[in-house]
Amino acid sequence: MLAALIAILFAGGVLAWVGERAGPDAPRWIALAAITLDGLLLVPYFGRAFAPTDGAWLAEIAAPWIPRFGIGFHLALDGLSLLLAALTVLLGGAAVAVSWTEIRSRVGFFHCNLLWTLAGVLGVFLAIDLFLFFVFWEVMIVPMALLISIWGHEDRAAAAMKFFLFTQVSGLLMLLAIIVLVLMHHENTGAYTFDYVDLLQAELGGDAAFWLMLGFFIAFAVKLPAVPFHTWLPDAHTQAPTGGSVILAGVLLKTGAYGLIRFVLPLFPEAAANFAPVAMGLGVTGILYGGWLAFGQDDMKRLIAYTSVSHMGFVLVGVFAWNEQGVQGAVMTMLAHGISASALFMLAGGLQERLHTRDMRRMGRLWSEVPRMAAIALFFSVAALGLPGLANFVGEFLALQGAFRVSAATTALAALGLVVAPVYSLILMQRVFQGERREALALSDCGARELVAFGMLMLATLWLGLYPQPALTISQWALAPSLAATAVDEDTQP
Amino acid sequence: MNGAGLGRPELIALLPIIVLSATAVGVLLAIAFRREHAWIFRLTLAGLAATLLAVVPAASIGPLPVTALLRIDGYALFFISLFCVSGATVAAFARDYLQHRAEQPEEFYLLLLTALLGAAVLAASAHFASFFLGLETISISLFPLIAYAYRDERALEAATKYLVLSGVASGFLLFGMALVYSETGALAFGNAPHAAVTLIVKAGGVLILVGVGFKLSFFPFHLWTADIYQGAPAPVTALLATVSKGAVFAVLLRYGIDAALVRLPMSEAVLGVLAGASMLVGNLAALRQENLKRLLAYSSIAHMGYLLLAVIAMQRSGAVLASETLAFYLTAYTVTTLAAFGAIAALSPADREAETLGDYAGLFWSRPAMAALLTMSLLSLAGIPLTAGFIGKFYLFTAASHAGLWPLLGLFVIGSGLGLYYYLRVVFAMAGGSASGDEPAGAGTAVLTLCARTALAFLGLSITLLGVLPSSLMDFLALAASR
Repeated sequence: MLAALIAILFAGGVLAWVGERAGPDAPRWIALAAITLDGLLLVPYFGRAFAPTDGAWLAEIAAPWIPRFGIGFHLALDGLSLLLAALTVLLGGAAVAVSWTEIRSRVGFFHCNLLWTLAGVLGVFLAIDLFLFFVFWEVMIVPMALLISIWGHEDRAAAAMKFFLFTQVSGLLMLLAIIVLVLMHHENTGAYTFDYVDLLQAELGGDAAFWLMLGFFIAFAVKLPAVPFHTWLPDAHTQAPTGGSVILAGVLLKTGAYGLIRFVLPLFPEAAANFAPVAMGLGVTGILYGGWLAFGQDDMKRLIAYTSVSHMGFVLVGVFAWNEQGVQGAVMTMLAHGISASALFMLAGGLQERLHTRDMRRMGRLWSEVPRMAAIALFFSVAALGLPGLANFVGEFLALQGAFRVSAATTALAALGLVVAPVYSLILMQRVFQGERREALALSDCGARELVAFGMLMLATLWLGLYPQPALTISQWALAPSLAATAVDEDTQP
Repeated sequence: MNGAGLGRPELIALLPIIVLSATAVGVLLAIAFRREHAWIFRLTLAGLAATLLAVVPAASIGPLPVTALLRIDGYALFFISLFCVSGATVAAFARDYLQHRAEQPEEFYLLLLTALLGAAVLAASAHFASFFLGLETISISLFPLIAYAYRDERALEAATKYLVLSGVASGFLLFGMALVYSETGALAFGNAPHAAVTLIVKAGGVLILVGVGFKLSFFPFHLWTADIYQGAPAPVTALLATVSKGAVFAVLLRYGIDAALVRLPMSEAVLGVLAGASMLVGNLAALRQENLKRLLAYSSIAHMGYLLLAVIAMQRSGAVLASETLAFYLTAYTVTTLAAFGAIAALSPADREAETLGDYAGLFWSRPAMAALLTMSLLSLAGIPLTAGFIGKFYLFTAASHAGLWPLLGLFVIGSGLGLYYYLRVVFAMAGGSASGDEPAGAGTAVLTLCARTALAFLGLSITLLGVLPSSLMDFLALAASR
C-alpha cells in the first residue's frame, strides 16, 4: 500500500507527460486525479494513528533490494510521516490548482516533474532504510531543479543550479556519514545493514558520533535551511514558478526538519545533545536574521522566502530542545508554515500573473482592485505572524515552551521573533494592498478555482489553530518512543 | 613458450580470444572479396556475438593459466564480455555515423575488432609481455581509427598527437618493465619481488606508472585528452574512453591483486596525490567548457582519479571489496560514457559533429528521447541515484571509507560538486528553449537506423537497470570473483 502511494504519483507523472497529446488540460486533470487518489489512500491510516502505538509502525513493507550490503526496500509509516504525507498531498493539489493558468507551455512535462517531485518527497517521508532514504532525497531534487530551470522566471538557470549544488553536495556528506555509520555497525556486529531500526542500536564512539551527526546535520540544515546555509533559498523560491514555490516552501523544506527529527537525534542522541546549543543558536540567528532580511526586500516572493528562513528557525530550536513540547511545536510549525507560506506564494504568484511584476514598489492599494485576494492575504499574513487561534501560533508557542525548559536565554531571544514577524507581515500587507496606487490597473480577482484552493488551506490553518489536539495526538504517539529511548541520555546532561 | 601445456581445457578457456581473432581475420578477408558496408557490419556483429557465446564454455572451465602469459578467470571473462558488448554498440553507432562520411567505412570494423582483441588480451594478461602486447594492439588500432576522417585536419592532428604520446608512453612502460626485470628476474605479475625493493625496482615502478598514466590520462599525463577526444570521430572517442581505458584498469586490477610492487608505501602516496590532483584538475578544467566532447574529456580525467581511489583502497584493505568496486564502477562508467558519445554521434549532422552546447539547446523539445538518454547518462556521470553511476559512486565511497582514505574522500566530494555544475549546465541547456522558436539549430537532423536506436535504447536501459537493480551485476561479480 505504501509503495502504491509513491507508484501512483510516479505513474501519474508519466501519464501526464504522455497525456499532453489529448490537450493541455489533460495533464492537469491527471495530476489532480493522482494526487487525490493518494489523499484518499492516506485517509484510513488516520483512524489508527490516534491510538497509542508503542512505537510500532502504522504500516510497513520491506523487501530485500541489494542484499550484498543489507539494503532493503523498506517503507514504513508512523504518525509523523502520516502528517507530513498529508501535507504533501494537500499542497500538491494546491500546486496543480495554482499552475492551471500560469503554466501554458510544455504542460505535460511540467506536471510530470511536479508529480515526480511529490513522489520523491513522499519517499523521503516513508523510507526507513537509510540507503533508500538517500535515494529519494536526491531523486526529488532533479525534477524540482527542472521545474525551476524550465518554467522559472528571468534568472532561472542560475537559481536552479544553486539549489541543486547546495542540496547535492551536502547530500554527499550525508551519504558518506551513512556509509561510515554502516561500516562501523558492520565492524561491531559483522553484518551489513542500512536499516534504520537496526542502526538505532549502533554503538559509536564519541568522536565518530559527532562527525557522523555533523554529516547528517549539514545536509538537513541546508534543506531546512538554517542560517549559514540558507543562501540558495531566496533565489530558488523567487525564480521558481508558483507551483514550484509552493512545493519548495511547503514540502521540500520540511524534509530537512523531518530528517532532523527522524535521524539526527535518535541515531546520535549524545552527540546531538552536545551540539544542541550550537544548533539552537543557529535557529535563533535564523529567526532574527531571516526576519530582518525579509523586512528589507522589495521583491514580494523574496520577502516570503526570507520569512521561511525565520520560521524554520523555530523548527530548529524546537527540535534541538528535544522534549515533547519542543518537538511537537516543531512538527506543528512545519505543518502550519507549510500551509501559510504556500498560500502566500500562491498569492504572490497570482499577483505576478496579473501584474507581471513581483516588485512591491510598483504595487499599492490593490485592496480595492482585488478585495478577495487581499482578504486572503491578510488571513495568511496574520497566520504567519503568529496570531493566536491560527496554526502557526500553536507551533511556535510550543517550540518556545519546549526550548524554555532547556535554555531560558535562547528562548528569550527566539521569542523576539514574534516581534519581528508582525513587522514583516504587516509591511507586506501595507505595501501591496494599502497605501497609494502606483499604476492604473484593471485586474481580475480570484476565480472559483483559486478560491477553492485557498479555502482548503484556510480551513486547515483554522482547524490546526483552533483544535490542534488531533494532530498533536498523532505526532505524540509517533514521537514518544524516540523521545523515551533517548531520554536517559538527556537526564544525564548537566 | 611452453606450447605443450596447451591442451583441450586451455583451448576452451581461450575460445573467446580465438573467436575474436578469427572474426578479425574473417572481416579482413571479407573486405578483400566484397566491399559492402552493411555486410561487413553484420559480420562484425556476428563475430562479437560468437565471442560472447564462447565466453560460456570458457566460464565453465574455471580459473586457468593459459601459457605463462594469460590467465582466464572470472574477471577476465567478465571484462572480455563487457568489451565485446561495448564494441558492438560502437559498431552500431559507427554504422550510421560512417554511412555518409567515410569513403571506405569497412576497415573501421576491422580496426575495431583488433582494438577489442588487444583489450581482451589485456583483460586476461598475467605477464608483462602480454600486458605490453595487448596495450600496443589497442594503441596501434586506435591511431588509424582516430584519423579515420582523414580529410579533417583536427582528426589528423589528434591522431598524430596520440601516435607520438602513446609511443613515448610505451617507451616508458617498456623501460620500466626492463628495470623491474633486471632486479627481479621475473616478468609474470605473481612473481614480483617480496623482499628486495631496490632503488631500481622503484624507478621501474615509477616508469611503469608514467606509461600507464598516459594511457589512462590521469594528472599530470592528461594534456592530450581533450584534443584527442575532440578530434576523433564520436564513435572512436566512445571506444577510446571506455574500452581502452577499461582494459588498462583491468590489468591494474590483476596487477594490484598479484603484485607486491604496488603495495609499497611510496606507491600509495604517489597514487594518492595523482588521484586527488586528477579529480581537481579534471573537474576544474571541465567547468568552463562550451564543447561537450572536451567537457566529457576533462570529466573522464576526474573519473580516472575516482577510479584510482579503488586501486589505493585495494592496497590498504584487501582486494575483495576494492576489485568489486573497480569492476562495477568501470561497467557503469563504460555504459554511461558509451551512451553519451552515442548520443553525440547520433545527433551530429552529416557535415560536422554536434559539439557545442548551443547544438543541444532545446533538445528536450525537438528530440525528447535523445535528450532523455543524454540527461540520464549525464546524471549517471554525476552520480545521481537511480542511475548506474550512483551505485558506482556508492561503491567507491564504501571502499574508500573502509580503507579510511578521508582526505581523498573529501576531494571526491568537492570534485563531485564541481562535476554536478558542468553536467547540469548541459542538462539545463537542453531544457532551455532555443531563442529562435522550437527549432534547434544543428541537432535533430540526422535520421537513425534501427541498429543505432537499439544500441542507444540498450545503453539507456542498462544505466537504469544497473541503478535500480544493481544486485544483478553485483551477484554476477561475486560469481566472477569466486571463479
